[in-house]
Amino acid sequence: MRPFDYLRAASPDDASAAAAQGATIIAGGTNLLDLMKHEVVAPDTLVDITRLDLGGIEQTDQGLRIGALVTNSDLAADRTVRRDYPVLARALLAGASGQLRNKATTGGNLLQRTRCYYFYDTSTPCNKRDPGSGCAAIGGFNRIHAILGASNHCIATHPSDMAVAMLALRALIEITGAGGDTRTLPLDDLYVLPGDRPDRETVLNPGDLITAVILPPPAGATQIYRKVRDRASYAFALVSVACVLDLQDGKIAQASLAFGGLAPRPWSAKALNDMMLGETPSDALFERVADHLLAKAKGQGSNDFKIPLARRTLIAVLHEAVERAQP
Amino acid sequence: MTAHLKMDKPDHRHRLDHMAQGVIGQPLDRPEGPLKVTGTATYAHEWQVAGMCHGVLARASGIGPVIRSDAEVVLAMPGVLAVITDERLLRNPAQGTADAAPVQGTDIAAYVGQPVALVVAETFEQARHGAQRLGLIIDVDDMAVTDPETAVLETPKGKQHSQGNLAAAMANAAHSVDVTYRTPAHSSAAMEPHAAIAMWDGDMLTLRGSYQMLKYNRNELADSLGVSPENVRILSPYVGGGFGAKLGIAPEAVAAAIAAQKLGRPVAVALTRQQVFETTMRRSETRQRVRLSLDEGGQLTGIGHDAWVSNLPDESFSEPVTQATRFLYAGDNREIGHHIARVHRTCAGSVRAPGEAVGVTVLENAMDELAHVAGIDPVELRKRNIPDRDPETGKPFSSRRFAEALDRGAERFGWSERRAPGTRREGEWLIGIGMASAARVNALMESKARVTLNPDGRAVVETDMTDIGTGTYAILTQIAAEMLGLPVNQVSTSLGDTDFPSAAGSGGSWGAASSGTSVFLACENLRSQLAQRLDCAEADMTLKDGQAVFDNRVQSLSDILDGDSLTAEGHIEPGATSEAVRQATFGAYFAEVAVSAVTGETRVRRMLGVFSAGRILNAKTARSQFLGGMTFGVGMALTEELVHDPRDGHIVNHDLAEYHLAVNADVPQIEVEFLEERDDWASPLQAKGVGELGICGAAAAITNAIFNATNVRVRDYPATLDKIIAHL
Repeated sequence: MRPFDYLRAASPDDASAAAAQGATIIAGGTNLLDLMKHEVVAPDTLVDITRLDLGGIEQTDQGLRIGALVTNSDLAADRTVRRDYPVLARALLAGASGQLRNKATTGGNLLQRTRCYYFYDTSTPCNKRDPGSGCAAIGGFNRIHAILGASNHCIATHPSDMAVAMLALRALIEITGAGGDTRTLPLDDLYVLPGDRPDRETVLNPGDLITAVILPPPAGATQIYRKVRDRASYAFALVSVACVLDLQDGKIAQASLAFGGLAPRPWSAKALNDMMLGETPSDALFERVADHLLAKAKGQGSNDFKIPLARRTLIAVLHEAVERAQP
Repeated sequence: MTAHLKMDKPDHRHRLDHMAQGVIGQPLDRPEGPLKVTGTATYAHEWQVAGMCHGVLARASGIGPVIRSDAEVVLAMPGVLAVITDERLLRNPAQGTADAAPVQGTDIAAYVGQPVALVVAETFEQARHGAQRLGLIIDVDDMAVTDPETAVLETPKGKQHSQGNLAAAMANAAHSVDVTYRTPAHSSAAMEPHAAIAMWDGDMLTLRGSYQMLKYNRNELADSLGVSPENVRILSPYVGGGFGAKLGIAPEAVAAAIAAQKLGRPVAVALTRQQVFETTMRRSETRQRVRLSLDEGGQLTGIGHDAWVSNLPDESFSEPVTQATRFLYAGDNREIGHHIARVHRTCAGSVRAPGEAVGVTVLENAMDELAHVAGIDPVELRKRNIPDRDPETGKPFSSRRFAEALDRGAERFGWSERRAPGTRREGEWLIGIGMASAARVNALMESKARVTLNPDGRAVVETDMTDIGTGTYAILTQIAAEMLGLPVNQVSTSLGDTDFPSAAGSGGSWGAASSGTSVFLACENLRSQLAQRLDCAEADMTLKDGQAVFDNRVQSLSDILDGDSLTAEGHIEPGATSEAVRQATFGAYFAEVAVSAVTGETRVRRMLGVFSAGRILNAKTARSQFLGGMTFGVGMALTEELVHDPRDGHIVNHDLAEYHLAVNADVPQIEVEFLEERDDWASPLQAKGVGELGICGAAAAITNAIFNATNVRVRDYPATLDKIIAHL
């Protein structure tokens, strides 16, 4: 770990100002500290936001407002979340361990880095860690890597479960910029694909601070989060599916799907949802949805199995959702 | 007074059964348990030593000659005290019982991750930063072979065996299987990373470390440093898990000692989690071909077991895959093959039951395949083929309740409810049950202990034996308490100090019986000394609750001692009983699994192990050993795989997040049952080893259950979901 300066932010503006000048924001630190110990990242300055008033879960006109510093444990245990957004509670509890969830925050979870083995091993090339050096995961062991949205420069996956559920819930994020202005952004617009700049993972600008996540009013639909992984807990998703679905008169009236473990970002596609709306659920429909999801899927060798696994998991989740949504 | 015994003949006396205290075998809590659960048992790296500085090993990122570049840059960094590239640094740990230095040197990196320098600084953080910054230029050898499939093979003559004509037996068999399985490399993955603190006082070295076999470790450390063993003291009173990784002296110890001497200050060196995976022993991956031939009557006529394993070019150890195949089942025509691929990967050594953990597992998968093709119940097939005597040597077995273990397990588990493969389903879950036999060789090793009876009637046990989480403190306390007729709280046991009499160490499952016997012998001698004071025959004296009963009289030990203390040293050596009979432990595992027909995920629902392993010295700690073994069996079956990069062989998943040991949610209800047994040939305790038996075939019960659930045979461990959905 490289020596660094430590600042404690007195206000969100204070944190933004420091971050605009190059400081790295730290909240729970469950991922950042590991990255620093391995010198995957070596910030000169950390600005600690944990004393800021960015906690709390409250109903607002826009929906449920979740402060960026709400821990994963508190969010998963929140009564409103469990009642109205069960897909989120389930996704949170499917992630990490109790100890980590006690420290990890809502904002930090969104911005956690990939668990690509090679990203963490500073003796191997990695375009995300060291732009231009190459990608050791391509041609290496890539069981946990992406089949969608990857590039020749990076095939890493985004590891979050929480973000997948939030994406299916069509969450918005609230951001305070370096100038003190606040804006909201659909979570779907936060992440960018690696292309030839895998070191750039979001649209956030230097000095941007995520202050809250806003969940639109409850969908009232059937909600499912299914995570498939190599052991029963404490493992990242090989494939995960978040599904929000509702039926009316036997036809799909509402559908929102999001996926984890497949891509460099929490994955969703509006077209997937649209192709189900107004349709009668059927094997053929679900096969078409899976075909569409996986049309451009590309395996890297050790992760080829994710393509059939994603198909099987998606179809099973859709069947389960329809079954549960029946009146 | 020394009581010496060479185990040349069986001991039929069963003395422990005739003692009066009644503590042997009881589920005694670990005496040191409260210290451990309250965080007050001080492990090696936790000692705060005045003036101590910290060293962190720097690793080679490639294979080939090492050309160091910028030690001076690192030396100029804040807090950095030294960059040490001493030629005595270890390439890898010593193999178990090596008793001499392993390969040393820092000029050439034989594998990716080899420690080639030590950076020492005032703080751990400074040292780690220095080690990460140290620019090491490697003249990378692109020709270095890291893939066992393309490596040069050695086929050592002494490790092959053939009797009869297996090819003919296979050709004439009513039923046969000829199958090849693969198991991946494994890491011991002990909770406590390797760590050492070295302190010199003149030319005397004291090292606080975390090692399993101090008698050997002291000699290995001395030899590595070029000093006399008399000048080396090692302290390892608590070891946070070993599983083989701490059998031999390891790079951190030698590095700490060299640095401490050079700087004239105590130096602590701990391996990072990544270094534990890279620089301590791995279990070799294996490829195993098993051939089994069966006659019409369900009798095995032939067994062939060929194993391909790997190690670094000049390492003597090779995974003894077929160790138990040689005696577990009958069959006149037998072939054992053993091939070693020489590869530039992390050193292979003993990890959790070397040999049987992977060898019995694959043999038991092949037996399941044979039972299936022959249409014989798997339990019945095994029972029909239990040999009367060791099928290679004709020697009798020392004790063996193998058939009873199979029967008892089948009855308790509900084996008769097993259905045809692929026919039981609950929703999306395919349900199956499977079983496998357990077998592990048993050994007695030389061991010494000193027992002192103090004037107040309390006893003190001292030996350099270790407790690696196994329960040594508990069982040595119990043996002394039983023999001396003392409540267990009147006995204190001190371990893990080379100043104490040297013990067998923890490894190969031999620790309890070997060091326990040394305590037993010392106590027998003390009993004689007490009897002498009472002027009665030792056998006529009953010791219980701190009192001696003899000639219808009762006298307290403190009265008998009359202000004196009595001391005896027990010394056991293996003898003719090791060769006269086949000594091994046996058992049977049963498992029920549910496999998702959607995702191929397997969940173990319940597991049972029934074992025949001699006298059980402590029902609680022995049970814990088996729970641990079977838990590792779950991991081995389903998730555990040390992955080597296909290009340079480096270990890719070098942390506990990506090296998937079974976690709590993977582990079902596990039940363990012991069959009452006394093995007179094994030791005067009639006890055998129990440390490793729990993993010697356990994974096969699970993968056999997967077959029963799904009709899918996974012959490439671990049985991850991708290998199952491909066939669903």
